[in-house]
Amino acid sequence: MLHLLHKPLEAQKPSRRTFLKMSAGAVGGLIIAAKMPNAAKAAAGADEFVQPFVHIRPDNTVVVLSKHLDKGQGTANGLATLVADELDASHEQIVLALAPSNPQLYANSLFGVQGTGGSTAIPNAFMQYRQAGAAAKAMVVSAAAKEWGVPAGEITISDGVVSHASGKSATLGELAGLAANEDVPAEPALKTPDQWVYIGKSFPRKDVKNKTVGAPNTYTIDFSREGMLTATVARSPRFGGTVKSFNAAEAKKVAGVVDIFQIPNGVAVVAESTWPAIKARDLLEIEWDDSAAETRSTDEMMTELKDMTTKSGLKVREDGDVDAALDASAKVMEIDYDFPFLAHGAMEPLDIVGEFDGETAQFWFGSQIPTIDHNVASTILGIPFEKVSINTLWAGGSFGRRAQGDAHPVSEISFLLKAMREAGMEPRPVKIVWTREDDMAGGYYRPMSAHKIKVGLDGDGNVTAVKYNIAAKSIIKGTAFEPMLMPNGVDHNMTEGASDTTYSFPMMNMDQAFQETPVPVLWWRSVGHTHTAYVMETMIDRIAKETGKDPVALRLELLKDDPRKTNVLKLAAEKAGWDTPLPEGRHRGVAVHKSFGSYVAEVVEISIREDDTVKVEKVVAAVDCGVPVNPDNIRAQVEGGIGYGLGAILRNQVTLSDGYVEETNFDTYESLRMSDMPEIEVHIVPSTDSPTGIGEPGTPPIGPAVANAIAAAKDKWITSLPFTKAGLV
Amino acid sequence: MSVTLKINGESRTLDADPDSPLLWALRDELGMTGTKFGCGIAACGACTVHWDGMPIRSCQTMVGDLEGAEITTIEGVNGKAAKAVQEAWNELDVPQCGYCQSGQIMAATALLAETSKPTDEDIDIAMDGNVCRCATYARIRKAIHAAADKMEA
Ligand code: FES
Ligand code: FES
Repeated sequence: MLHLLHKPLEAQKPSRRTFLKMSAGAVGGLIIAAKMPNAAKAAAGADEFVQPFVHIRPDNTVVVLSKHLDKGQGTANGLATLVADELDASHEQIVLALAPSNPQLYANSLFGVQGTGGSTAIPNAFMQYRQAGAAAKAMVVSAAAKEWGVPAGEITISDGVVSHASGKSATLGELAGLAANEDVPAEPALKTPDQWVYIGKSFPRKDVKNKTVGAPNTYTIDFSREGMLTATVARSPRFGGTVKSFNAAEAKKVAGVVDIFQIPNGVAVVAESTWPAIKARDLLEIEWDDSAAETRSTDEMMTELKDMTTKSGLKVREDGDVDAALDASAKVMEIDYDFPFLAHGAMEPLDIVGEFDGETAQFWFGSQIPTIDHNVASTILGIPFEKVSINTLWAGGSFGRRAQGDAHPVSEISFLLKAMREAGMEPRPVKIVWTREDDMAGGYYRPMSAHKIKVGLDGDGNVTAVKYNIAAKSIIKGTAFEPMLMPNGVDHNMTEGASDTTYSFPMMNMDQAFQETPVPVLWWRSVGHTHTAYVMETMIDRIAKETGKDPVALRLELLKDDPRKTNVLKLAAEKAGWDTPLPEGRHRGVAVHKSFGSYVAEVVEISIREDDTVKVEKVVAAVDCGVPVNPDNIRAQVEGGIGYGLGAILRNQVTLSDGYVEETNFDTYESLRMSDMPEIEVHIVPSTDSPTGIGEPGTPPIGPAVANAIAAAKDKWITSLPFTKAGLV
Repeated sequence: MSVTLKINGESRTLDADPDSPLLWALRDELGMTGTKFGCGIAACGACTVHWDGMPIRSCQTMVGDLEGAEITTIEGVNGKAAKAVQEAWNELDVPQCGYCQSGQIMAATALLAETSKPTDEDIDIAMDGNVCRCATYARIRKAIHAAADKMEA
């Protein structure tokens, strides 16, 4: 599947330039993007105020366009909070919208292309959206001043009402057309934090109402176009397999099937609606060419990974002669860990709608990296970039699944649209639906990985050196992101959270090795931190146990150079009553981790059931993510991040047998459910630092915190995941 | 084959393959997309609708079995329990991605219609079939308790 996309990307000039721009890095991008939002001046005479991020309509609604995909993390509402605050709009009049693909207007200033990921939405847009709101406000005020013949400095806006002491007043909507004719201020004055009315306080989510009434056209799977067809695709059951031959005679007999096409990664069944497309696909007879496919089991792949960790690899961090330091240590602890493939299992399986008339193409879906999707579609269809439009729809979850560097959904539908056209079909829109099995058995997993650590201790129990070897398939290598993210051949996505630890070890070396396999891998909520945090934080508890120290005290000792981590750790410990005795049968564990710029400490309380399985009863989390833009949404993200991580740690793994995926739906890949969910308390550190990520940072600490609690209860260290393997779930 | 049934109080005739799941008939034939597809094997609850007030999985309920049935979907659910649930969901900002929430709301409404003051254990039992990958469970639990209080008031 991967090969399919890399070719068009490499062959295409504009995309090459785009990625060069990406590698130019964050600094240049930031400056340009920050200046961009108010670039265009609206046409004179319009009664609407239209700027890239803010539209003020005559009906007095204020539309805030989110340049980031909202897949549940509350980004659209978060960005609207920033605009509403600076503009002094009312909560009621705000309408959320998702911006279409347009790299000039909507680039992520940290990526250089339009894209959502790495918990960057609020961090990269914090100034930009506030400036957009402030510029709109300045233009409205200036228009009102002219209209009323009063000094601009005497005009105020509050809760969406523009007013002057003379008694004159108007709504934002009434002034929209006039404001559109004002000059866009280059440096609009921003509020000081004490003037904020929503930021750091409350701005309830505006997308909730639609999501409680089953509103139409919210998600891609619900989206419909006149005359739209529905397609399913039979893809190789082994990763890297291709179609050798197929027989569609039986499938074609199913009522409602329109036609069947071979496309590069499979066979597409095109039908009038979903059910015939699903039913007919089961009747296809396909012979697959597995000559380049992965045919190993995950056990075999893990053996290879473990072997890789016994050898030296690429140097990620090298403080000194770690082997000598270990040799000179009084004691060396050696621990091996292994982590499985994980599917994202977003609630809405993948889907995409597209149409193509030979000259222009349109797509509708939850596109997480629209600039890549846009380039890929234009390359495959052979039409200019400007002739492609991508409309962004709300996504029913993603957790990284929709951020494919290879744009495989848009690639697949583009090939299908092309095939339909070449077959002489009248142009009709088509929606490709992934079933749960397609989604779950389709790869793009959190990579499986093996880790080997050696920790040296001196006679007093102090750490002398840490040697850390990790092996996994690289998410980045071989993708369009490689030039930007692996400039010297090292994949930091794999080692983040370990190689950059702020624990003050006298010496730490870290090596990495890359597994080669056709199984596509991808970012999964918190990426490398999903495994490195587990290793680092259980390692600390093992050192504490070995040296007879308290886990919190040992962390504080080793974190003397990291005041923010220290702070969240102390806060979580205090709120959880770390030093107070627990009721009979309860056990505590702790972990603290920094990811995506944010600091999260979690103290868990578990009980052991009569059948010896573990129940996580309670989690107390402390979070420092800079300015807390929307505190309730931060709590929601931490709650969800904990639940997501907990479900995976307890019982999730994707295994292969002879290359075939064994867990293909929620019956075998068992999700966290209501009865598993602990009570969660989230404490947010007040801060004036720039806001940092929150979609992911709640996830990494939960696994090790629970593992540490289990060790406290049963003196059993779990090093092979998920916990089901140890019979604890 | 054609089947006549009531959906949200209105009589509808479905012209569909009798083996076709109600889920796809609702979504594709009737354009009622509030009921979601999550797994297709009755393992996630995203497709939950009511049949005579009982929560069922529409992905595993075949059109051929529905002659004369009374089906309620998220688009048509109303009454005291539904109203309380939807209000509580809004007040507590329960949804994240929201994709599972039609099913959650249908399950919670059926629970409250049956048990007006559910315990945590009742909630575990009634809601365990409804997966939320965003893990909004803690808020769902709070919202069900809040809805129960509203119904009492
Ligand atoms: S779609 Fe019916 S239970 Fe999952
Ligand atoms: S809110 Fe996203 S799956 Fe429940």
